[in-house]
Amino acid sequence: MVDSQKDYLTFQDIHKHYGEKIVLNAISAEIAHGKITSLIGPNGAGKSTLLAILSRLLKQDGGKVSFFDKNIGSYKGQDLAKKLAILRQSNHLDLKLTVEDLVSFGRFPYSQGRLSSEDKEAVQNAIRFTELESLADAYLDELSGGQRQRAFISMIIAQDTDYILLDEPLNNLDMKHSVHVMKTLRRLVDELGKTVILVIHEINFAAQYSDFIIALKNGEIVQHDKTNQIIQSNVLRDIFEIDFDIIDRNDKLICNYFNL
Amino acid sequence: MNFKESIPYKLIITGAAIGLLLLLIWISLFTGIKDISFASLFSDKEQALFFIISRIPRTLALLFVGAGLSLAGFVFQHLSQNKFVSPTTAGTLEAAKMGILFSIIFIPEVPLMMKMSFAMLFTFLASLLFIGFISKVNIKNTIYIPLVGLMFGNILSAISTFFAYKHGIVQNTQEWMLGDFSSVLQGQYETVFLILPAVVLIYFYADRITIAGLGPSFAKNLGLPYYSIVYMGLFIIALVVSSSVVTVGAIPFIGLIVPNLLSLIYGDNLRRTLPIIAYTGASFLLFCDILSRLLVYPFEVPIGMTVGIIGGILFLVLILRRKK
Ligand SMILES: Nc1ncnc2c1ncn2[C@@H]1O[C@H](COP(=O)(O)OP(=O)(O)O)[C@@H](O)[C@H]1O
Ligand SMILES: [Mg+2]
Repeated sequence: MVDSQKDYLTFQDIHKHYGEKIVLNAISAEIAHGKITSLIGPNGAGKSTLLAILSRLLKQDGGKVSFFDKNIGSYKGQDLAKKLAILRQSNHLDLKLTVEDLVSFGRFPYSQGRLSSEDKEAVQNAIRFTELESLADAYLDELSGGQRQRAFISMIIAQDTDYILLDEPLNNLDMKHSVHVMKTLRRLVDELGKTVILVIHEINFAAQYSDFIIALKNGEIVQHDKTNQIIQSNVLRDIFEIDFDIIDRNDKLICNYFNL
Repeated sequence: MNFKESIPYKLIITGAAIGLLLLLIWISLFTGIKDISFASLFSDKEQALFFIISRIPRTLALLFVGAGLSLAGFVFQHLSQNKFVSPTTAGTLEAAKMGILFSIIFIPEVPLMMKMSFAMLFTFLASLLFIGFISKVNIKNTIYIPLVGLMFGNILSAISTFFAYKHGIVQNTQEWMLGDFSSVLQGQYETVFLILPAVVLIYFYADRITIAGLGPSFAKNLGLPYYSIVYMGLFIIALVVSSSVVTVGAIPFIGLIVPNLLSLIYGDNLRRTLPIIAYTGASFLLFCDILSRLLVYPFEVPIGMTVGIIGGILFLVLILRRKK
């Protein structure tokens, strides 16, 4: 049984270094189950590295990631792929595939390539979710960066995992589609009980849509709290080293840092 | 829905394509110094025998090698994530020749299957080395990778030549340099059928190979063991390349240009393009072979040369197109 009060993705003393350079310095945290957690922090803080380790794409040099009380490394690839999905930051794509081809690959853990009618429905739903119906047959290399990004997100949705890890999913997206993706993630969490962890650069999106925020800096977790505890001018100034003006509109916090 | 996607259009195209292939097969079967007509097959015992011993094996070998090498090239391009990698541009053909050479040096009176095993071992190791190398060096400009591959091939070739001189079998090695179907005879070409299981494997692994073409992280996210797919793919490539080289010698460029041209039109989803690649590869090689036999009739230009010239030109065109 899944207990919604318990956290199922946790990591302890995660350490990672490249040569002399320490990228993650023995960090630990528990990711709130059934919530959106945003990872914020300056470039090079180690956000992508952490996300890759949490999703077993990268081996840590020390420490342990546990997922539903088991070491994440002990899962069978196919089993884990039905529970946890990751979209990396840069998805360079040299292959000429259609949007629908790509989204269908999201069903691979279930279908092993032979799509059942259930799989096909999941694919169509995911395409509809990301408003890509009219582009389903288009080749990915002929799309704009933002459309391609949506196709990748669509694939992750088709993969239908309880845990979704996204590294800068709003990259390249225009405002409308950024809002749309964030609303989609919110619905996946609120309506379907999924857990989302994403790296995000625009602090206002983190402020508006996430339940928790983890701030990374120089390979350390400097903050981990409920969103409204982090969206404070003094806290943000310590993380990003610029000034913030926090505006409170009906309990929604908006950050102005553009020209202070 | 436009006309191009309608069922009658697809039927017409498929029909025309099959018709063209049958025509090529017909020409291939009935072209040669020995004048054989369809009618005489039933009246003339000697002609019928010649037809069965020489003509049918030759045409079959062309079909298998053309389809097999084109598919192997496509798989290689996916696994290396580079459009310019192929058995010709990764030293694989040279590795197969090297394997054959060593089998001849070490085993007197070496049987065909043993030659084949040596060739397979060498091609597998060479392609593994090559893939390992390009994933380590992280060269940004994709054009350099086939150049590195060609250099790698030249090094292997030089080593082979050295040993061939030492053992006085240079004459022998020259023969494999350019592929040649004129010596294909019943009883000596059956190794070419090993391409069949390779194609079946490609069919079953089609989706996995496409997914591997999107990179290790992508494959791992979908729960696929990326490296097992790569090893499997390299095994398939080794099987196709070595059975081709053992049977008919090295046929250059086909694994490069056929998949590349088709990928521009039909995309890169292997499950969908597999039959088209096999078909085009087989037709292209048949066509080149007919050309080789007719150009300086009654003599024959080695097919490796015909394919090399046509393929080399198309390859340059491709590089210029892809650079844009
Ligand atoms: N493969 C690698 N080799 C060497 N250094 C790396 C590698 N990957 C990441 N790094 C370094 O690790 C640090 C953290 O990188 P990353 O996790 O991508 O940061 P973020 O996503 O927070 O911007 C950076 O300083 C980066 O240069
Ligand atoms: Mg990053």
